[in-house]
Amino acid sequence: MHELSIVSSIVDTVTESVAAYPGARVKEVRLRVGALSSVIEESLQFCYGIATEDTPLAGSALVVNILPVIVHCEPCGQDVELEGVQSFRCPKCNEPSYDLRQGKELEIESIEIEEDEDDHTDCGVAPRHSEEK
Amino acid sequence: MTTRIVELRRGILKKNDELAAGLRNRYTAAGVLVLNLVSSPGTGKTAFLERTLTALKARGARVAALVGDLETDNDARRLASSGAPVRQINTHGICHLDAEMIDKHLEGWELGELDYLFIENVGNLVCPSSYDLGEKIRVALLSVTEGEDKPLKYPTMFNSADAAVITKMDIAEPCGFDRAEALKNINEIRPGIRIFETSAKTGAGMDEWLEYLAEERERRNA
Repeated sequence: MHELSIVSSIVDTVTESVAAYPGARVKEVRLRVGALSSVIEESLQFCYGIATEDTPLAGSALVVNILPVIVHCEPCGQDVELEGVQSFRCPKCNEPSYDLRQGKELEIESIEIEEDEDDHTDCGVAPRHSEEK
Repeated sequence: MTTRIVELRRGILKKNDELAAGLRNRYTAAGVLVLNLVSSPGTGKTAFLERTLTALKARGARVAALVGDLETDNDARRLASSGAPVRQINTHGICHLDAEMIDKHLEGWELGELDYLFIENVGNLVCPSSYDLGEKIRVALLSVTEGEDKPLKYPTMFNSADAAVITKMDIAEPCGFDRAEALKNINEIRPGIRIFETSAKTGAGMDEWLEYLAEERERRNA
């Protein structure tokens, strides 16, 4: 049940990030979660609704993209995707491997925000054309 | 009304990971080998650690321990009987230890005066796997009473471990413990992991474990 602390971290990070876009509303928060991250999506979703109340994330959707485990198989000389997390063996040659290349991710990939048309506050970044001088 | 996607690519536990990286640097600079012991409640982490601390002290090693529980200081009092400095961390409902708790409870301890620091995590095979404490070695413990398929049920924890310890081997037989099956399952989840079969009651397997600790300490400090 550490999903609540995870969701609290998400709320803090996103709140901090959207502060650069005054007046913007958060529509969606997208996560990349490795199959080995020991986070349950249902619990995340459940906690998300509660933890985002009265924050800039209130009413936004949480999209959880689960990434399969990928290990490097030495005999095959390539990265291979595992079918689950019950056996760390190459599905092609059956050799065990502990050379993890993907599966422990726990990150906020991106957020989708909605702004009013005339709200052009652009987090202090200079307009692109100024670089072309 | 316009919508836009803002790429963040931020680790959700970034704050903990950064604190843990700082702790890891401190441990390395001090030359202390730090181990994080994780298991279900009731596996026998405290008994195993009690025996380990006493044996290491007898060998002249400088040891200390931090022990996490939701409530009570019972485990700290048990471990302190070994003569080692011990501090209890009460998480008051939180299901895991995090780097901030470790940092706070290390205050006043001179890490350079220690050879080994053991962190006994909260009994839980799920949540502690996500929280790096800056440890050099994560040890997953499993008792013979828990069922040989525990590693398959909690793959994240066993997969993230550097060493595995089977406890209560003295009652393996009456429990009908299938040793081969347990070893196979641990290896299936974490190929090549070092496994110790121990009993804190009889002392079985402890010498091999202590040798491993000494080797790891030497290897990592070299």
